[in-house]
Amino acid sequence: MATSTKPPRTDRRVSGSTPRAPRRVGFSQTLGRWDVKVSPYLYISPFFLLFALTGLFPLLYTAYVSMHQWHLIGGQGEFVGFENYAYVLQEPNFWKGIRNTFSIFLISTIPQLLIAIVLAALLDANLRAKTFWRMGVLLPYVVAPVAVSLIFGRLFSDQYGIINTLLGNIGIDPIGWHSDILPSHVAIASMVNFRWTGYNTLILLAAMQAIPRDLYEAAVIDGASRVRQFFSITVPMLRPTIIFVVITSTIGGLQIFDEPRLFDQLGQGGPSRQWMTATMYIYEVGWGNQKSFGRAAAVAWILFLIIIVVGLINFSLTRRIASETSTKSRKKVRR
Amino acid sequence: MRKTTRKMWAAAAGVTGIALLATACSSDAGDTEGEDTDEGGNITLTVATFNEFGYTDEMFEEYESSHPGITIEHKKAATSNEARENLNTRLAAGSGLSDIEAIEVDWLPELLQYPDKFVDLTDPELDGRWLDWKVAQATAPSGELIGYGTDIGPEAIAYRSDLFAAAGLPTDRAEVAALLSENGGGWDQYFKVGKQYTDATGKPWFDSAGAIWQGMINQIEEPYENPDDNSIIAVDNPDVKAAYDAVVQASVGDNLSAHLQQWSDDWNAKFQAEDAFATMLAPGWMLGVIEGNSAGVTGWDIADVFPGGAGNWGGSFLTVPAQGAHTEEAKELAAWLTAPEQQLKAYASKGTFPSQVEAQESPDLLGSTNAFFNNAPAGEILVNRSKGITTVYKGPNFFAVNDAFNNALVEVDVNGGDPAAQWDAAVQAINALG
Repeated sequence: MATSTKPPRTDRRVSGSTPRAPRRVGFSQTLGRWDVKVSPYLYISPFFLLFALTGLFPLLYTAYVSMHQWHLIGGQGEFVGFENYAYVLQEPNFWKGIRNTFSIFLISTIPQLLIAIVLAALLDANLRAKTFWRMGVLLPYVVAPVAVSLIFGRLFSDQYGIINTLLGNIGIDPIGWHSDILPSHVAIASMVNFRWTGYNTLILLAAMQAIPRDLYEAAVIDGASRVRQFFSITVPMLRPTIIFVVITSTIGGLQIFDEPRLFDQLGQGGPSRQWMTATMYIYEVGWGNQKSFGRAAAVAWILFLIIIVVGLINFSLTRRIASETSTKSRKKVRR
Repeated sequence: MRKTTRKMWAAAAGVTGIALLATACSSDAGDTEGEDTDEGGNITLTVATFNEFGYTDEMFEEYESSHPGITIEHKKAATSNEARENLNTRLAAGSGLSDIEAIEVDWLPELLQYPDKFVDLTDPELDGRWLDWKVAQATAPSGELIGYGTDIGPEAIAYRSDLFAAAGLPTDRAEVAALLSENGGGWDQYFKVGKQYTDATGKPWFDSAGAIWQGMINQIEEPYENPDDNSIIAVDNPDVKAAYDAVVQASVGDNLSAHLQQWSDDWNAKFQAEDAFATMLAPGWMLGVIEGNSAGVTGWDIADVFPGGAGNWGGSFLTVPAQGAHTEEAKELAAWLTAPEQQLKAYASKGTFPSQVEAQESPDLLGSTNAFFNNAPAGEILVNRSKGITTVYKGPNFFAVNDAFNNALVEVDVNGGDPAAQWDAAVQAINALG
């Protein structure tokens, strides 16, 4: 734009000496030019203004708080630099929180995505009463997390829970859902999966239906089996959607709070913090016994950085894995 | 036609969306307006409590009719933890609290550090209304009284007479009291009888190591903190270590515990189980909990005895946060709600045992019986149990320190952890506080 407008202007200056009156650029025309240049930004600005207000400001303010001694009730104290970060990083409970978060995240997200893709493929097939099945899948998502936690809490009770009773009937020793680390993570991951699988299924289903049907027809003519079609057409074509789902579930998974907090009646994440996640640790530091907003803010920032790093790793991984073949072929075409 | 209907739908959807947004925004504004004075001088006072304080709608109506222009709104939180979190958060935010907030004794000390966040409720007219130690608990070092006492938790022993009979132990409540009072009536005797019971039946004697811990700690005068400077002495206090060892020995060593965490789902279910525990430490408010969890179970009774002398577990206060708009009126209402007459009504409704001297002498209270507990004279027993309660010093870190020990005991008692390693873990958690 800029380069193309300049030459005429210099022309005009040169020709200004000639008797021909200079063409006045009307204000309306300037407005028009601004309209073209500026208005797209104006149209999207409400989002960014809102984001600056509700997202960016808290983010920066949290960084400010994390550099101070800051008591929940007592308020702002001295500036301490990175002392809060140093304190938090040497706390064993912080590392337990990180360990639990990643463990629960992996146990929940990976099976959830696999199940969601398979379920979506099934729902994409020719079924009777399609809407019924599709709504059925989404139903757990509608149930409030608190209700889910209460129900699963009963299921996973150590002594009188249904699951341990059933296990006892087939001769398996009761599992310490509330005392051992990994079983507690499995129990919490099952709550998360119960709630979120249907949601992801519907997103993937929508993407599947956008895949052009002629691809499948061509594959059928080439003699590809259903399974081959699924792996060679459906999964690669779902690439952008899978990336989206992976990133949203990464963010959600690393911030998991409701389910583990409601897993027992105290909400501390177990007597030895068996299932305390990073966000629960933030809550404990800020609102629990220490009441230190400064340290809580420091943990929040560390978690923020971790989520960004994990999100980037996931992004590059899914880009590579989801459609190795299609990117290769596309690159060849481009060259 | 088609197009217009579609447009109509879009418009309708848009309008609803905006309307929803508008109502979402205005609901907050509505709340605050409610607290403000209307044109006619009408004000609304909100009272926030938790669990069961025993305040009935009739009581509030009575107050409203005697104080024209005042409307009372009662908000009830499910648990004390929930109420504590709500209070802390809104105290920090500087707004949003109710005009009257209920506070439990265990987390009162941490708020006593900020007496300026609450209205000083000192009132010469109310001198002598409460037991002295109850008033002392809510008085800040600088002299402000931040809360009016509601109930206290004098502890007795609740027991299952049917299970006692099966084990060949006495069933009559006077005989049970006499048995547990033998040899000085200390915790040793309680555990000794328990060992007899468990050896005879193979069933647990008490519900949870955490409960016994509460009972023991509430009898140590200065368990966790030094009253002079609030430094944490819990780890080096020989009494605390002795209590820990005794609880661990009884729960795991002698296997007297049902190995449950109090208030967990398993704990709730155990009341109904075949191998239910035979005794429980029972402060006044626990009687309602036992009854609620024991539907269909008969045989519960109360013995007028408590190991190691008297002990108080729990009890609450009503405070008036300074951020409220009508602190004068709220103070008056709090005083009225904690008056002996009202506390007796609350006792009749939910069994919350009054902390008011006059109420404790009332014939209504002394004569009250509890039908579920085999018509035991609950009022008289609890009055007897409240005699000789000593003040336990609870500083700002009491709740946090107690939490650490409770977690250690859950690991040992419920999850089969190593007692020494869990003691070290508790020590580490406590050191992190300082």
